[in-house]
Amino acid sequence: MDGIHDMGGTQGWGTVTIPPDEPVFAEPWEAKAFAFGALSARLSGQNLDAMRHAIDRQHPYDYLADGYYGRWLGCVETMLVDSGVLAPGAVVARARTLRGEEVTEPADPTPHKPDYQPTAGGSLRQVDTPPRFAVGDRVRTRHYAHAGHTRLPRYTRDHVGTVAAIHPAQVLPDTHAHFVAENAQHVYAVAFDSTELWGDGAEPFTLTIDLYDDYLEPIA
Amino acid sequence: MTAVPRPHDHPDAALRTEALEALLLERQLIDPKVVDGLISRYEHDVGPMNGARVIAKAWTDADYRRRLLEDGTAAIGELGYSGPQGEHIEVLENTGAVHNVVVCTLCSCYPWPVLGLPPSWYKDPAYRARIVREPRRLLAEMGLVLDDDVAIRVWDSSSEVRYLVLPERPEGTSDLSEEDLAALVTRDAMVGVARVAPP
Repeated sequence: MDGIHDMGGTQGWGTVTIPPDEPVFAEPWEAKAFAFGALSARLSGQNLDAMRHAIDRQHPYDYLADGYYGRWLGCVETMLVDSGVLAPGAVVARARTLRGEEVTEPADPTPHKPDYQPTAGGSLRQVDTPPRFAVGDRVRTRHYAHAGHTRLPRYTRDHVGTVAAIHPAQVLPDTHAHFVAENAQHVYAVAFDSTELWGDGAEPFTLTIDLYDDYLEPIA
Repeated sequence: MTAVPRPHDHPDAALRTEALEALLLERQLIDPKVVDGLISRYEHDVGPMNGARVIAKAWTDADYRRRLLEDGTAAIGELGYSGPQGEHIEVLENTGAVHNVVVCTLCSCYPWPVLGLPPSWYKDPAYRARIVREPRRLLAEMGLVLDDDVAIRVWDSSSEVRYLVLPERPEGTSDLSEEDLAALVTRDAMVGVARVAPP
């Protein structure tokens, strides 16, 4: 999906400062949100790609205003509601109760975790077919715009690059996040010249990004 | 200008966290000991000191350096570091001619086993947006000015591959022990937004 999370190359953000001596968690709630996020796939019967997609789906306003661990908190809630572990609105209702309001909290739904069994732990898989592309091959990224999860950022779509390395095969986030199929496939590091991505006035540099086989087309 | 209202009732994050925790505890879905263990692990045991040990060893042991650049995951595993967000780690060598820098534009993927959880600047929209478009300018703003003849390579971690930068060993450190060298290596140098400063 073309959401707020797809930030590569967007403009107007200002500069970046590195705070000295930053704690791992700025506030106690961030530590808790991290832990719940780390447990979220198990609690919801989902997976890491579904977790990332739950973050992508946070409302753009919340995505920016809540910060990194706020997004983790939001995605845990989304995953638990999607799997019927908690009712929609349950967290907000409890928060309102905690702040002293008289609120009727919603009853628990019937859980409906996805019908999904991973074929192995983690995201790496063995694939029997040889890689479609070799190091040095020129490839074009697809002009891709489906509504679901993807790891092909907008700024790299419909551009020509060169395969720089072949990585271990991995499950395809686009289908894995939706429990359709693991669709394990080869993943390539693809290098782009900065002018290919940003035009003739671009700073000279090379951008390398890891792209799944489905994202690529051969150049005739 | 029209103000954009919140689309829904959205209590602050601390309160929503407290609410979620209560709901999960009441349903016996989480064990407080597991939650505390996870937090403690990433506050105390998993962090950039792990990556610094890897870098210091690579600086002092040529054979280890070769193994690290060939198969980062295995060489890092030799020092006991593995786990979530470290299924496959590749190591990028910075030299006087080539400077590597790492980002995740879509979320904030980061090599946890060697660097711990990502710092705020790595998750900042400005970093995620700009390092893939104007890296030389952004690095300079962040305090790292690179000569024009240094080639910049930016790596967007969009798959489950994670990247660790092997920074250049600073001059004047030939008599330092591996432990003393590790103390010089910073998180920022291992992402590629800084150099390792001499002692």
